[in-house]
Amino acid sequence: MPGYLPHARSQTSTGGQVVVMYQDLLQYIFSGLTSGAIYALIALGFCVVNNTMGIVNFVQVDFVSLGGMLMFSALFTLGLPMVPGLLLAVAGVAVAAMVVERFGLRPARTDNHLVLIFLTIGLSIILRGIIKLVWGKNRMALPPLTSDAPVSLMGASVLPQTLWILALTVIVIIALSLFFHKTSLGLCMRAVACNPAAAAIVGISAGRIRLTSYAIAGALGGLAGVLVTPITTLSYDVGVLLGLKGFAAAILGGFGSFPGAIVGGLGLGLLESLSAGYLSSAYKDVVAFVVLLFVLCIRPRGLLGRK
Amino acid sequence: MSVGRRQQLLYFLALHRTGLLVGLLAAALLVYPCLQDNPYTLGLTNLIAINAIVVLGLNLFIGYTGQISLGHAGFFALGAYGSAIATVTAGLPPWPAIALVALLVGLIALAVGIPVLRLTGHYLAMATLGFNFVIHTVLLEWDEVTGGPSGFSGIPSLAVGQWAFDSEIRLHYLLWTVTLLCLLLSLNLVRSGVGRGLAALAGDETAAAALGVDTRQAKIKVFVLSAVLASLAGSLFAHSFGYLSPDSFGIFTSTDLVTMVVIGGMGSIWGSLFGAGLITVLPEWVDLFETYKDFVHGTILVLVLMFLPQGLVSGLVDMIRIRIALQRTKNAAA
Repeated sequence: MPGYLPHARSQTSTGGQVVVMYQDLLQYIFSGLTSGAIYALIALGFCVVNNTMGIVNFVQVDFVSLGGMLMFSALFTLGLPMVPGLLLAVAGVAVAAMVVERFGLRPARTDNHLVLIFLTIGLSIILRGIIKLVWGKNRMALPPLTSDAPVSLMGASVLPQTLWILALTVIVIIALSLFFHKTSLGLCMRAVACNPAAAAIVGISAGRIRLTSYAIAGALGGLAGVLVTPITTLSYDVGVLLGLKGFAAAILGGFGSFPGAIVGGLGLGLLESLSAGYLSSAYKDVVAFVVLLFVLCIRPRGLLGRK
Repeated sequence: MSVGRRQQLLYFLALHRTGLLVGLLAAALLVYPCLQDNPYTLGLTNLIAINAIVVLGLNLFIGYTGQISLGHAGFFALGAYGSAIATVTAGLPPWPAIALVALLVGLIALAVGIPVLRLTGHYLAMATLGFNFVIHTVLLEWDEVTGGPSGFSGIPSLAVGQWAFDSEIRLHYLLWTVTLLCLLLSLNLVRSGVGRGLAALAGDETAAAALGVDTRQAKIKVFVLSAVLASLAGSLFAHSFGYLSPDSFGIFTSTDLVTMVVIGGMGSIWGSLFGAGLITVLPEWVDLFETYKDFVHGTILVLVLMFLPQGLVSGLVDMIRIRIALQRTKNAAA
């Protein structure tokens, strides 16, 4: 059997058992990191919109499904290869997100949060309805980015897609932090997040910032959808549960905090896969939400949230 | 003399408008089954009655304390499954079971509400969603008690002595009686001192606290009340239909309930009835295009929020009032 680690092999009589336990743990950690990375991507999308507009964007949930669907069409209807397909799908969701902001949210000239949150719920229902109309209700399968033969890594067998998810998530996080710290548009967005009134006074156009934040949120959600649907399956409502977990991750880390979103995502993913492995796979979602409620009760602003 | 009479009559109508409207509604509901005896239509209006009970409670919470709950389908589920388990599995008589379950759900809401209602905005939305999600998963997975995905069947009808509420017409009278009682309760509550305090809370929490409203307690009390109403509606749902499926209690049901509140108008008690009615009946109207259901649903919600954020009923009433006032000033100027 491949992948015994040297120090694990040096164990004596109970060594075999220890190795199996160690391998199980490693396997759970890998699957936890995979789903955690996806949650982190979605959570970042929630945070970007929250920081510039101060609302929870429930449409994020459907950006995930839309990403998977566009990838499916790009691959099988247009017959594109993997990489252009991925880029097209992510760009497509970003454009759709901008349309949602421009024609769905901006005409509502209110700053009542209750109304705005319910508005995004309504837009989410509409987008889900459109996805259902266009792609139907059937479950579909999306091929992984590269081969689906598992590779062994440190004693755990890992799908290449997992490695892609982890690698692309890291790249996206680096790109995002470069964007927010090195480009003028990114600086403008941080200025708006910091103080919208002051940002408006120095001439930063609110509309452009809102559009950009939606585009980024859409791209992040779409990328999450493209990456995760080969592992799960693809259907019009696949994004709902994933999106809510992403929301939970953002809350867990402290809503609006980017490092918080990443920590929250990975934490939630690990928690879920470890509880699925050691407690009960049927109740893994319950464990995640119960821990979330618990954290919220003890520390209402989340793990890394600011006061 | 005749002018005085007319003014007296108008004054009487204005003074007793709430009571008269409730009386009118009660009379209309009393004769409704004589005009409409199609069991399918009656089943639909019965469903409206059940939804209206939940929406009345939820509207008190959303409209009168300004908080978000995306988890009321969870309390609805607890009521429904609670009654089912109490009567079928534990063999309790139905009426005490309803009261017992409502009490338990109230306690659960209290236990959930005390920590969760310290949160506001997004955090509260997430916490209530999470609660609903946990309940839904337990319904699906704990199949030796709840029947799992295949549902829970064989729930007995409610009965008074030998007289069972087992037909649509009998259910009509039972359900609408309860709904009217809840309506009266809500109408009286919001006009009491406590209700005025709640309205202040929805307007501005800090200002309300400064005026001496115990905002923390008020939120928890209304949350518990709305959970008990949802549980009562759930029990009635279980006994009326005799069969429960976990699909009826997911997070989409919670968003449907919120849609009913928003369309009726946040903080509008009469609007709750209208919202529950419209959203319950809508899928039947657009039955021909079943595929467009979500689309139509979402579009109505978005349009109402954009153009009449205070809800269809209050929004239209306000528009007419403004029209009349403008007309008056114009006449006075002329």
